[in-house]
Amino acid sequence: MSFVTRGFRGRRRETDESGRVPPGQYRTDDFPVLSAGPTPHTPLAEWSFTIASESGEELARWSWEELRALPSETVTVDIHCVTKWSKLDTTWEGASVDTLLAGIETDAAYVTAWSDGGYTTNLPLEDVTDGKAWVAFGYDGEPLDPEHGGPARLLVPHLYFWKSAKWVRGLRLMDDDDPGFWESLGYHLYGDPWREQRYWGD
Amino acid sequence: MARTAVLGRLGAAAPIAWRLAELVELVPETPRVASLLLSVPGWPGHTAGQHVDVRLTAQDGYQAQRSYSIAAPAESERVVLTVERLEDGEVSPFLVDDLRAGDRFELRGPIGGYFVWDEGSGGPLQLVAGGSGVVPLMAMLRHRAAVGSDVPATLLYSARSPEEVIYREELDRLGGGDGGPQVVYTLTRERPSGWTGYDRRIDGEMLAEVFGRPDADAMAFVCGPTRFVEVAADGLVALGYDPSRVRTERFGPSGRS
Ligand SMILES: Cc1cc2nc3c(=O)[nH]c(=O)nc-3n(C[C@H](O)[C@H](O)[C@H](O)COP(=O)(O)OP(=O)(O)OC[C@H]3O[C@@H](n4cnc5c(N)ncnc54)[C@H](O)[C@@H]3O)c2cc1C
Repeated sequence: MSFVTRGFRGRRRETDESGRVPPGQYRTDDFPVLSAGPTPHTPLAEWSFTIASESGEELARWSWEELRALPSETVTVDIHCVTKWSKLDTTWEGASVDTLLAGIETDAAYVTAWSDGGYTTNLPLEDVTDGKAWVAFGYDGEPLDPEHGGPARLLVPHLYFWKSAKWVRGLRLMDDDDPGFWESLGYHLYGDPWREQRYWGD
Repeated sequence: MARTAVLGRLGAAAPIAWRLAELVELVPETPRVASLLLSVPGWPGHTAGQHVDVRLTAQDGYQAQRSYSIAAPAESERVVLTVERLEDGEVSPFLVDDLRAGDRFELRGPIGGYFVWDEGSGGPLQLVAGGSGVVPLMAMLRHRAAVGSDVPATLLYSARSPEEVIYREELDRLGGGDGGPQVVYTLTRERPSGWTGYDRRIDGEMLAEVFGRPDADAMAFVCGPTRFVEVAADGLVALGYDPSRVRTERFGPSGRS
């Protein structure tokens, strides 16, 4: 279906071979940064992570120390940014979202993650449970850099990386799928890299 | 209700179609940078600051996709991309060195609804560019000129040397014109003899001198390599700019310049 461009041969064919790079992506060993605005710098003493109901009622809340005292997991995953790069075998440390939601009764079908700086992103609840998502505070054995989302970011590696909200401060349980920041600006509501769901209508 | 309406709109949204672009002319800008003037039948129009996705397909079906900002203003009938050749890159050397007038490739867009400015967005417009990060900001200045906007505009542009300044003549012409933007360069590695302008990487002091105290209506756009964007955006926030009015775009691998 695609149009062949005269003379184009391509140089990064190794990306095909791993079978781990989704369509339209290329592999990088670098760790590029994508964000819409300045990097927030919230002091850890003022930082907390909240699970809230749709109406905004606080259901659970952890200070930085409390979050760090939760059981943490180290995971090695591939990540895929909608700006086309994929990075394989990235190692993160964080608390599983399952741990954070344990003991919370909900009929919600979606969550909206919110962050310092006003960023939000929407996900189905089932995409952040059952070992699929973490609140990550470590990268490659080091504390997570602010420009990569530190002190903590959501990590949902099976979706495009804008869903892995940087500087995350909480999850709001939602009955409906409410478009977040990029999702209101033309980016796909769900964002599965393997189905190349980059933009509205993909 | 509102949410249902939004979801309905998203659900019904047509995919952003791949279109065939034909290279009309390749305009060298610097030794490493060229502008691609493209004819794209069916192009739906765009806003300054948006980008396109380019998809190249080889004879055997192998494909590569990359994003490129649109350099042309909304008023332009041509889609114009300005591409910097990265050594050993897969797509940029092909676009800059191998493509000939009449060659065609696929692109789709326009994409991105946040890093955008048009006359109605107001200002003052404060632009900070590092290297090829000037491309989407140039689209904003071109739009401003095309509509004769009197929104005050300033561009602080960091380049390694005078030869690496993209759009130099046009920027000097725009800057010298009546009601034109204020254009300030900083040249970080090589300067022409007698250069009296800035000669260092962007820092807080430079941002304060060029942009001064923030106007509540100011809109800042920062584009360039990651480190550059971090420093410039942090610097503007330190000057008192409202973080929600400082918009950033980064072109990718942090290794770039
Ligand atoms: C929203 C957006 C807008 C953009 N707008 C512009 C624009 O207006 N103009 C512009 O010029 N660019 C722009 N870019 C960047 C552009 O998308 C490409 O990233 C850029 O052109 C490089 O692509 P490439 O295929 O040439 O290089 P790649 O093949 O992606 O390589 C990039 C660099 O990394 C090195 N590299 C990559 N992989 C390897 C490897 N395995 N081993 C060793 N080295 C490696 C290469 O040597 C090269 O220097 C934009 C990016 C985004 C996200």
